[in-house]
Amino acid sequence: MVAVLAVLHQDVWNWDSKALVLGFMPIGLAYHALYSVAAALVWMAALRWVWPSGVEAWADEMDKEGEASQ
Amino acid sequence: MSFALLSAAPADRTPLFIVCGYLVMLLGLGVITQRKFRGTSADYFAAGRSIGGFLLLMSVFGTTMTAFALVGSTGKAFDQGIGVYGLMASSSGLVHSLVFFLVGIRLWAVGKRNGYVTQIQYFRDRFQSPLLGWLLFPILVGLVIPYLLIGLLGSGIVVKGMTRGMFPEVFEATSGAVPPWLSGLVVSTVVLFYIFYGGIRGAVWANTFQTLVFMVMGVVAFFLISNKLGGVSAATLMALEHAPDHVARTGMISKAQFLSYGLVPLSVGMFPHLFQHWLTAKSAKSFRLSVAWHPIFIAIVWVPCILMGLWAAGLAASDPAFNPPSSNGVLPYMVAKLVQSPVISGMLMAGILAAIMSSLDSQFVCLGTMFTHDVVIHTAGKDRFDDRQKVLIARGFIVAIVTITYLLTFFPPPHIFDLAVWCFSGFASLFPLVFASLYWRRVTRAGALASVMAMAISWFWLFYKGLIARPENAEGDFLVAGMMPVAVIFAISTAALVLVSLLTAPPDERHLARFFRSGEAA
Repeated sequence: MVAVLAVLHQDVWNWDSKALVLGFMPIGLAYHALYSVAAALVWMAALRWVWPSGVEAWADEMDKEGEASQ
Repeated sequence: MSFALLSAAPADRTPLFIVCGYLVMLLGLGVITQRKFRGTSADYFAAGRSIGGFLLLMSVFGTTMTAFALVGSTGKAFDQGIGVYGLMASSSGLVHSLVFFLVGIRLWAVGKRNGYVTQIQYFRDRFQSPLLGWLLFPILVGLVIPYLLIGLLGSGIVVKGMTRGMFPEVFEATSGAVPPWLSGLVVSTVVLFYIFYGGIRGAVWANTFQTLVFMVMGVVAFFLISNKLGGVSAATLMALEHAPDHVARTGMISKAQFLSYGLVPLSVGMFPHLFQHWLTAKSAKSFRLSVAWHPIFIAIVWVPCILMGLWAAGLAASDPAFNPPSSNGVLPYMVAKLVQSPVISGMLMAGILAAIMSSLDSQFVCLGTMFTHDVVIHTAGKDRFDDRQKVLIARGFIVAIVTITYLLTFFPPPHIFDLAVWCFSGFASLFPLVFASLYWRRVTRAGALASVMAMAISWFWLFYKGLIARPENAEGDFLVAGMMPVAVIFAISTAALVLVSLLTAPPDERHLARFFRSGEAA
């Protein structure tokens, strides 16, 4: 989904258009404002379905062992 | 609307009093943070790894948004039209969250496991190479310092522009405006106050407050200005009539430039100050709000500013009396000319300073932390100093860095404001290094060193061609084959990383076990 969004970022079809959305928003701006919302929704989905489970337990492992190397 | 009859910038001192009140509030916040400080180096450098989701979202967002978020975006849209949002903002929404998700969470976990405080500690340990640390240190510091200078110089320019005529007898040389040396001194002192005692925790709290301020002020300015222009539809129709080119991208931004600019937001993956903010997270779950809401926050700040920049272009094309002093002065100029409210002007000035200071504070703390850990403690040995001494050393470095940065504002290098995108390009071109270090077991020490050197050499080469040797009268952005220079530097550093890693012996698996979870096949 992120790759699809990356491709959709290149909205060449809006390049020359001066059409207005809702009477005030140029379509090239409206498209990318909606794109920002879509990006947020994709990341919300990522948090739900591809969250790196176990990362917190893994991060704590070294704490328990008391090792801290710098 | 004619601007010929409207007065010049108000000489009323109310805006300055509002800004002073805002700065006093920040000092108060510094006092509160000081009381929260536990006195340990873990608290000073990483806030005891106790920052929850909301504070992390606000502090990271405030850190990544500079003065450019309000005044620069409006000015850029004034120059280049609405395409600026897609060029700089929507791509950042996607890419920043990607970096937080793939790099931020992972670095937080590795940092917590191994007790890191700075990026260089991580890279030195990950690649078992003190040389890599010494190589990265001047590069990272060198890329942050122009960023700091831009912040302080920018605050001086904004305050000077918005206080013109307020003190005609005191500051004759600046037409009665507060001079940059004074505003820079005040801003530096306030930031120093709240980070000196609270360290990164002070920066987190102040950033949260300041982020709220500049987000609200951008939206308030938008509604007040649109109201004065007869509503959003009337304002955009006026721009469409008088500055039609600004409503589309043709002739303003090339497709290759638009595509290649998408690499620039990867820079957040290598910002040393952001690395330090990530380490403050209480848990991996603290990242969730940042990942999900960062694109929305960018839209909340940027969409109104882009529209205001578009409207300003229409006004400038339709009325010669509407003549902003510079692109970066468009937003304050619009507020002064259209809203004509000293209170709103003052609040906007506070909002702009909030956006500037919310980046400056993290950068100052970060550089102090880097000098303390990557130079002093690394050289003297980690058992040489006790906890209290480490905090004292960091405070000393922070004072020194703030002082030196302030003094450097008196001798700004040429093209300082053009340096921002070059700094971002440098950080972005180091992204392959951090990404590979987290996800590719096969990356080697030699590959990492080659990547950093390739990035540094190609960056300097293009920087020389694009900024130093470029004719003064050259128009438009410096591009390579129509693309942003970052595309070339990024490709070179990636190629060096991959090729040299594959040509050298793989790293020891036992060492890698400290950085990869068991079962990860990368």
